[in-house]
Amino acid sequence: MIPELGHFSLILALSIALAQGIFPLLGVARGNGAWMRMGSTAALGQFLFIAIAFGALTYAFIIKDFSVLYVASNSNSALPLQYRIVGVWGGHEGALLLWVLILAGWTVAITRFSRHLPGEFVARVLGVMGLLSVGFLAFMLFTSNPFTRLIPAPPDGRDLNPLLQDFGMVLHPPMLYMGYVGFSVAFAFAIAALLGGRLDAAWARWSRPWTTLAWVFLTLGVALGSLWAYYELGWGGWWFWDPVENASFIPWLVGTALIHSLAVTERRGAFKGWTVLLAIFTFSLSLLGMFLVRSGVLTSVHAFATDPARGIFVLVFLGIVVGGALLLFASRAHRIGLGGSFDPVSRESMLLLNNVMLAVAAGSVLLGTLYPLVLDALELGKISVGRPYFEVVFIPLMAPAMFLIGVGPMAHWKKASLPDLATRLRWAFAVGLVTALLVPFAMGRWSTPVSLGMLLAAWIVASSVAGLLERLRQSRASEGLLAKLGANSRSYYGMLLAHIGVAVFIAGATLVKGYETEKDVRMGIGDSVEVGGYSFQLERLSDVSGPNYIASRGEISVTRNGRAVTKMYPEKRTYREKKNPMTEAAIDWGFVRDLYVSLGEQLNPTTWLVRVYHKPFVELIWVGWLLMALGGLLAVFDRRYRITVGVKHRAPSSAPRLLEAGTAAAG
Amino acid sequence: MNMSATADGMLGRAHRLMRMLLAVALLAFALLVMVQVAAFAREAAPAADDPMLEERLMTLAGDLRCLVCQNQTLAESNAELAADLRNEIREQMRRGASDQDVIDYLVARYGDFVLYRPPLKATTLLLWSGPAILLLIGIMLMMRSLARRRGQMAEAPLTEAERARAHALLGADGGAERS
Repeated sequence: MIPELGHFSLILALSIALAQGIFPLLGVARGNGAWMRMGSTAALGQFLFIAIAFGALTYAFIIKDFSVLYVASNSNSALPLQYRIVGVWGGHEGALLLWVLILAGWTVAITRFSRHLPGEFVARVLGVMGLLSVGFLAFMLFTSNPFTRLIPAPPDGRDLNPLLQDFGMVLHPPMLYMGYVGFSVAFAFAIAALLGGRLDAAWARWSRPWTTLAWVFLTLGVALGSLWAYYELGWGGWWFWDPVENASFIPWLVGTALIHSLAVTERRGAFKGWTVLLAIFTFSLSLLGMFLVRSGVLTSVHAFATDPARGIFVLVFLGIVVGGALLLFASRAHRIGLGGSFDPVSRESMLLLNNVMLAVAAGSVLLGTLYPLVLDALELGKISVGRPYFEVVFIPLMAPAMFLIGVGPMAHWKKASLPDLATRLRWAFAVGLVTALLVPFAMGRWSTPVSLGMLLAAWIVASSVAGLLERLRQSRASEGLLAKLGANSRSYYGMLLAHIGVAVFIAGATLVKGYETEKDVRMGIGDSVEVGGYSFQLERLSDVSGPNYIASRGEISVTRNGRAVTKMYPEKRTYREKKNPMTEAAIDWGFVRDLYVSLGEQLNPTTWLVRVYHKPFVELIWVGWLLMALGGLLAVFDRRYRITVGVKHRAPSSAPRLLEAGTAAAG
Repeated sequence: MNMSATADGMLGRAHRLMRMLLAVALLAFALLVMVQVAAFAREAAPAADDPMLEERLMTLAGDLRCLVCQNQTLAESNAELAADLRNEIREQMRRGASDQDVIDYLVARYGDFVLYRPPLKATTLLLWSGPAILLLIGIMLMMRSLARRRGQMAEAPLTEAERARAHALLGADGGAERS
């Protein structure tokens, strides 16, 4: 009964989404205010019914209702409660339900935090969001219904993919989807602006906090995915250039370009056409990512769905969204003005160059990701495109963009001078050079890539500091350091923090690449191995059993210079339902190094192949990503998105009042 | 400006601060050196028979695909077939095979699919040249747009009015940003 309620709620949500997609847009066209205002009510109704459906599916998981096909495929009577709850989005249908729930959530947030915007604009935004929702809900109901019954019900379920039985499953997919779907807001704002023919700095200001917030979520989602792969897959790596990872990284790169381009459009009114295109592409690439993962064209650890009907549906949907948006753009392109003028050497130009580099990098990753699929589809042979390709292509493209991080924020709008920049940045460059020379020396071995990486990282940090010092020096608030610090906006500090995050990430990535040590050994009880100055000794082996698996567990004591450091317990698990063995690596986390031990094959009852890693500074990678996300969050809460714009728009409803546009994070 | 004296003072302070930062960085690195040197000096001999060969093997295997895994390199994989293949490569290397010999052997047996670095041939030409082409197109578009913008700016003074309107729409701007 409950699953049917959920199913029925989804159908109701679809009809409400249809109304939300039609009436506000028609209302704008006909000047019918009542129809225009329908959007917010519809959004709330839609959210309510999708939430009921989500609750119904969660309930089916909790009570182990194996008469629901999706529950039977992704759960098991022995599966612990916490994994039954996150199992709701452990498969294709439920992930889609989470997706539409989040979409409806973002829509409600728009209605809540956009009351200060012109009514026509909001109506258009809600209409576009409604149409998108129609697409996803129809996709779910017609090809991927999570409430399909399985009669007679099997005695037990097939269990959740063991890879997903982890805390990472709680955070990673919701964060990633919040990001993916969040970019639909940027998309809807862009389409609404195109429809209204009013593409101006005000539009950029309205769109900016939403876009930045979506970017924050996507950043966290990508970072959590990387962290999860690091500790769960047991291969010791943090990024594999797996197509599914790329599917989230490509929108991230384009989204990063978008938030920079929006800055120019808001500040200077320039790049409007380009910003709109980026908003369209960021969301389209999120959709493409969804298509790649959901259609099953990729066979990889993450891709757990195969069904051609789904692939075709998503592809057609993608075609309509991208094609429609681009057609609209083409028909309005001549009405887009140029905005403020600027010199070839100016902050605008540098941000444009940053955009070109990010877009080319995203295009290259996309090329490498799709190329094997296209070649295979054309029967031109099977090839693999992996890390060697991506590193050769990606790093040279990104390095100049990262160098620009140091210069761009120091350059003046409109017109900058290179000699002036060189003077103001010479100390920062010196700090970079000294660091580049000293760090490899300090680590005990010269490594050119590390040196270059440290040059970039230190350069970014030092130039950020130099920029801040310059601002303090020029600050009009004359009394007190605190007052001077307070005179800068939150979005300025957000930018600094995010840029320093990039530096921290570069430092972590290059240091661990240059100085990690790894040993692959046969270990019997009592054997020991030294890695990175630590001695690892296998003390004992035991069999343990979890709720739905059995495991062999090693107990390894770690000492350094004869002093005990820690004990580590790597496991090799075999889940009862899905037989494939799972490596549960043991990690001793630390700021300056991680120790990482994973069990390979069992050679005989007392001997295992064991892989031991010493990974210096690996955690800086995720600290860096976290700083980027925090920086973005700080920018979202900038005052200028909250205080009144103080201007009357054409629509009477937009009289000046206190705004809360930036506080959508709560939504 | 009459504030130049204080500004100069600030500038000097900024430089002193930078220099101090530099000194702190130097000190930190010196400390790191001492710690790290102590750590590195104690490292015992690796367990593998021939560490040089093992490193060569793992470097090469890092660019090869484990054929039975989802998407994993031969170096990372714990699968039985991967271990066998690593043994096979180890044997060949011991007998004096070069990296290219090993790659040729693997490609003859498993095809290009085993290589994570696709070979340059007719079908992969676009793959390898694509990023450079994209970069050229990007730079060209950027140059053209900048040039066109200059041209249009010269003959379209209207944009200044547009900008004023945008500014009016936005109201008094947050003073933090310099323009």
